[in-house]
Amino acid sequence: MATMSEKRAAKREEKRIEREEAEAGFRLNQIKPATNAIFNVMFAILSFICVFPFFFVLMISISSEQSLRTNGYALIPSEFSLSAYEFLWNERGMILQSLLVSVGVTVLGTIIGVVLTTTMGYVLSRPQFKLRGFLQWVVFIPMIFTGGMVANYVVIANLLHMDDTIWCLVLPLAVSSWNVTISKTFFRQTIPDSIIESAKIDGATQLTIFARIVVPISKPVFATVALFLTFGYWNDWLQAALYINKDSLIGLQPLLNRMMGQLDYLANNPTAGLSLQQYRAQMPSESVRMAIATVIVIPIACAYPFFQKYFISGLTVGAVKG
Amino acid sequence: MSKQKEAVTELEKRKKGKFRWTRDDTELTLLGLPATIWFAVFAYLPMFGLIIAFKDFKLQTGKGFLASLFASDWAGFKNFTFFLSNNTFGVLLRNTLLYNLVFIVLNLVIPVTLAIVINQLFSKLASKCYQTLMFFPYFMSWVVVSYFVYAFLSPDGGLANLIIEAFGGEAVMWYSAPKFWPFILVLMSTWKGMGYNMVVYLASITGIDTSLYEAAILDGATKWQQARYITIPTIRPMIIMMFILNIGHIFYSDFGLFYQVTQHLPQPLNDVASTFDTYIFLALQTGNSKIGQTAAAGLFQSVCCCITVLITNFIVSKIDPDSAII
Repeated sequence: MATMSEKRAAKREEKRIEREEAEAGFRLNQIKPATNAIFNVMFAILSFICVFPFFFVLMISISSEQSLRTNGYALIPSEFSLSAYEFLWNERGMILQSLLVSVGVTVLGTIIGVVLTTTMGYVLSRPQFKLRGFLQWVVFIPMIFTGGMVANYVVIANLLHMDDTIWCLVLPLAVSSWNVTISKTFFRQTIPDSIIESAKIDGATQLTIFARIVVPISKPVFATVALFLTFGYWNDWLQAALYINKDSLIGLQPLLNRMMGQLDYLANNPTAGLSLQQYRAQMPSESVRMAIATVIVIPIACAYPFFQKYFISGLTVGAVKG
Repeated sequence: MSKQKEAVTELEKRKKGKFRWTRDDTELTLLGLPATIWFAVFAYLPMFGLIIAFKDFKLQTGKGFLASLFASDWAGFKNFTFFLSNNTFGVLLRNTLLYNLVFIVLNLVIPVTLAIVINQLFSKLASKCYQTLMFFPYFMSWVVVSYFVYAFLSPDGGLANLIIEAFGGEAVMWYSAPKFWPFILVLMSTWKGMGYNMVVYLASITGIDTSLYEAAILDGATKWQQARYITIPTIRPMIIMMFILNIGHIFYSDFGLFYQVTQHLPQPLNDVASTFDTYIFLALQTGNSKIGQTAAAGLFQSVCCCITVLITNFIVSKIDPDSAII
């Protein structure tokens, strides 16, 4: 017993010395406190610049229209008002419809995308698969050569007639060669061949192996791919701008985009027969636009600090050549 | 080591003629089928759709799109010569390439510098805090960013004009003043990508073995020398990979940046902010009449990109074979 505790004490001592040495080494390599302070100030300023516009927009959205007219956009509005949010609430039919479209497209797209991406990644990660070389080229070529916006438009709108359906928002963004490569590299590195071989001997099909063995032990890569897709769908406005005319399929981002467009239209066509007064009255008021922008940003702003690390892991995993 | 050995024996097994199609292969093919179909429809069918660039496309009454496409006359390279001899082509090429070059340089130099510096901070908590805050713009769509910018540049009431007027200057109509836009666009691109790129490089910097630095200190290396001779050489593969990826997109532009941040590209800003993508998008908006020419522009863009990335990769593979991506 005595020897045990002695050993433990010795070990503890060793660890302490190790730690101290590491700290000493670190301290030796530290920058001067003054430099540290300067760097901190620099990063504080940069961080401020990165989030300041959002607070500014938030402030505008809670300013009263009157104070915006007289004082312009002030950092601290002279008069607070929630009228913009009241307006959104009164128009909740439209806003909720857009929100529903945005959420629906994001959820549906993420599910489809994750399934397609990871199955393909898994298939490509199997070294004995006969078609592996062929499929690898299938995935790789679109990385360096794409049809581009026009060709996509021709295929989706004119050939498949998907325009003005929810599918033109969901399907084109579901898979990317990059995400497939990330998941392939991950599976290759983390799934031991022996597990899969033993499952095969037990008579499991590849689908069973994928669903019952690979999925449960590969949560990080699923999280990464799902997050890339979720943010991609939530932030997308281009697909809607290209393919959607129906009002009932306008998500939040395209809605915001259209509100800007409306101003454009009116400003470029003074002949539309409106006096300046009418024009001002028709235009969605400034604070309302900023309120919609705020509504879009807040879910992301609340969620992203928790998911940040998956984005980074996604990129660093993908960076390893597979 | 043992993994390599396994791989070698695996390879030998395959060489010894295990080319028979197994049940396993069938199952894997079926599993990969949905994604393969996706690639066929959404990645390869559009490549086939580029055929329209060589056609004098006219939508014929009573016929479907496909029938009209096949019935249309071949135009040879007429669509291309039209696009290439167009006056706007020079402007588009100049804008796209120059902006991209500036973005590539800035999005490399600034984030790498910041990553090296933030790694030196005493407090890890503060460092995490800065990273999270600076990451924020990356998650915003350009539509939302365009509203952020609008809050500053709005002709009546924007913060920029309020400040200028407070100092006795004259208000600027930002959205019709082309001379400012190169700076604004570069600034916004840097603003949006800075935090993300910094964190990416930081992830590879923190992975560097600390004993390298310890050895350097013993040799009396300064901080500057450590960065120059240890940090940068170690993260070089990462830098080169990002570089090749960016070069591969040099004929593309961040469409949202040029279209949304300028408020749908008003006429006065055409000269400084129009790129291939905005040209193609706006041409698409006007309808199907000139779709052949638009497709020619798109094909030109794709081919140029493909060639650039292959050349870059070839050069990189000559200089530093480990860093090439293909």
